[in-house]
Amino acid sequence: MKDLTKYLGPRYGGAAKQLAEDFRKNGLGMDMTRYLGPRYGELLNKLLDDSISAHLGIKMNTPFTLALVALIGVAALIAVYRLLFGIGAASNLNDAWPWGLWISFDVLGGVAMAAGAFLIAAAVYIFNWKKYKCIARASILNAFFGYLLAAISITLDVGRSFVIWHPLVMWQLNSVMFIVALHLVLYLTTLGTESSPMVFEKLGWQGALSFVNRCMVGVVMFGVALSLLHQSSLGANYLIVPGKLNPIWYSHLLPYHFLVSAIMLGLALVSFETLLTGKVFNHKVPREVIEGLARGVMIVGSFYLFLKIWHLATGPGLGAVLDGSFLGNLYLIEMVVGVIVPLSLLCLRSVRTNLNRIFAVDIMVVLGVLLNRMNVGISGVSEYATGSGGDYFPSLMELALTVGMIAFAILGFKICAKYLNLFPETHH
Amino acid sequence: MKTSRRAFLKSLAGSGGALLATGIPCAQARMSKELPAQAVGLLYDATLCVGCKSCMVNCKKENSVPGGALYKKGMTAPPYERGPKGDEAIWDAPRELSGKTLNIIKVYKNGNCQQKDRAVDGYAFFKQQCLHCVSPACVSVCPAGAFRKDPATGAVYYLADKCIGCRYCQLACPFGIPRYEWDSAWPEVRKCQLCRHRYHEGKYAACAEFCPTGATIFGKVVELRAEAKRRLALRPGESYDFPLQRVDATEKTRRAAAKYADGVYGLIEAGGTQNIMLSGVSFDLLGFRKNIAKFDLPSLTWGYIAKIPWVFAGVFLGGTAIYKATHRSDKEG
Ligand code: SF4
Ligand code: SF4
Ligand code: SF4
Repeated sequence: MKDLTKYLGPRYGGAAKQLAEDFRKNGLGMDMTRYLGPRYGELLNKLLDDSISAHLGIKMNTPFTLALVALIGVAALIAVYRLLFGIGAASNLNDAWPWGLWISFDVLGGVAMAAGAFLIAAAVYIFNWKKYKCIARASILNAFFGYLLAAISITLDVGRSFVIWHPLVMWQLNSVMFIVALHLVLYLTTLGTESSPMVFEKLGWQGALSFVNRCMVGVVMFGVALSLLHQSSLGANYLIVPGKLNPIWYSHLLPYHFLVSAIMLGLALVSFETLLTGKVFNHKVPREVIEGLARGVMIVGSFYLFLKIWHLATGPGLGAVLDGSFLGNLYLIEMVVGVIVPLSLLCLRSVRTNLNRIFAVDIMVVLGVLLNRMNVGISGVSEYATGSGGDYFPSLMELALTVGMIAFAILGFKICAKYLNLFPETHH
Repeated sequence: MKTSRRAFLKSLAGSGGALLATGIPCAQARMSKELPAQAVGLLYDATLCVGCKSCMVNCKKENSVPGGALYKKGMTAPPYERGPKGDEAIWDAPRELSGKTLNIIKVYKNGNCQQKDRAVDGYAFFKQQCLHCVSPACVSVCPAGAFRKDPATGAVYYLADKCIGCRYCQLACPFGIPRYEWDSAWPEVRKCQLCRHRYHEGKYAACAEFCPTGATIFGKVVELRAEAKRRLALRPGESYDFPLQRVDATEKTRRAAAKYADGVYGLIEAGGTQNIMLSGVSFDLLGFRKNIAKFDLPSLTWGYIAKIPWVFAGVFLGGTAIYKATHRSDKEG
């Protein structure tokens, strides 16, 4: 350790040295009251107390975490560049392709990935299905990050980021985008409220805790209504472009397609993430929960399949997707990987009762639905856009920002798992 | 879950308030499908156009003054376009509409290009710009109300101060008209605003005023539609007095009528537009897409938005019922 007094003078140098040594010895578990005074130090001490998750064995000082931090750093730089020089400088978007990767993946995909929360919240708080209680906190937190990702990305995607709050005060009720914006804000607040007991518990703020718990059922219902609307309104965004979105995706039922596929994705993702956290953190996954989720995926997925077949039969016809065209093939991949194979596998008892196989099925569903969002948002309008003289492939900055946002969500989740009581039922 | 009945009902009532807030204003928000009584617009007759691009030049000039659709604070010269990379010396010869160009004259060519306004072995000019839809998709989708339709003249205009730059208007416009200032850090959406800023001086659309042949004329939409109908009824070769600049002009030019290919463009497209067009070459050959909806596009989303209050009502009523049913056994606990 260098002698910091040399650079900072005896006063600050000494304090810095002490801090550094303390950190080396105790990590973030050091006593903060020493530096911040009793009031804030105490608070921070409580927040940073990770004894709660000691049994999970989460380590922060790993190469993986460092990689995440690096990716987030790159994304932050890109965000600054984007804000300084404009959306045209950072992205490959153009007049024929006004929406690209950030809308399709971060917003359409990010929000869809958050669908698990309202389902689990409804199951636990409204339907009183107690067995899902152990995954409620994790899935709500996961949704919070999904929405945060969507919110940050759309803030960077709009050309005038600093006035993105305009729709909230300049109501325009004909606009689905207005509905989307309003819901995004309201639902982020709702998810924050639903997650807040974890934090209050930790800080020991009994008053706040019991207040939130008392409102919880109302909050959950509000969240359910918002989610139903929000998931479907992302599809409804495209209702107004019958001449631009390819008929193999365009449908008057697009809001329902989005809603049902988001529910399927949401259930699969909750199951995926429960299994994953079970693998990387030391905690045991309750088997009947995963099997229940798999059943859910099966039921909702069948309904989705029915909707999609109905759409093909009443609209463009099966020929439109089997003609070997680029878009037709994309459609087939999306449906085969995300719906048909997972559903067929889930029909087998040997898959439904095997956690590893369910894990694989979950991954397929997630990839399939994400591809669907990319298809609707990017590829589906390609015929119109290239016909009008456009061309689009995400720029490096667009890609790197999206990757950084994903890293942000993973790291955020990991930090919360370490410092909050995320898996309450397994904590005995 | 311990929830006192009173607290539960209270939280329910609060959410009910939110429901009313979303429910009530919706009822009045629906967009009109009717042409405003005093609606104005343009008639562009491609068979009269000689491709001089006077409209383009003067559109840019007249809109680069305060109030104009291209004007920005501190602007000293109109936003001229440079050529593509490596060819920057080319001066203001745009190939497409853009953040700097509100209308454009393009040429159609086929075979040996011998005769004007003929699809085979012929050529023709055509004009692209905002058509000022009767029920504009761009207005209906804008989350901040930055796109507006003037209730009197029906001109579709833009308020940069409100815009957040989401570019939904670009996606939604069936004709692909709105353009973005991609090269700016604080961009605006750009499109023809029907020279709205010139009306109070008694002036009208610059592209009509400066059109030497009467290919673009300005006027009340009902009169423009009647004029277009009269032209369509002419026999090819029959001589006709075409008004110059305005549909109600006294100055006219006598010419032989050409053969029109289709009907009037803009009567049913996207539910009707205030700018209408006539052409000797059919419109889909000129690049006007065939699959443009023949009804007002905003009605597609309205069906969805109108359901929103019901979703809230359904979730809260259904949710309460289920909550009551599933928590009955817990009551003692
Ligand atoms: S043509 Fe496009 S930009 Fe013009 S009013 Fe219609 S929808 Fe709006
Ligand atoms: S880009 Fe601006 S004008 Fe266009 S829809 Fe978005 S907020 Fe409205
Ligand atoms: S009406 Fe005005 S703004 Fe529109 S194209 Fe003509 S000159 Fe340009």
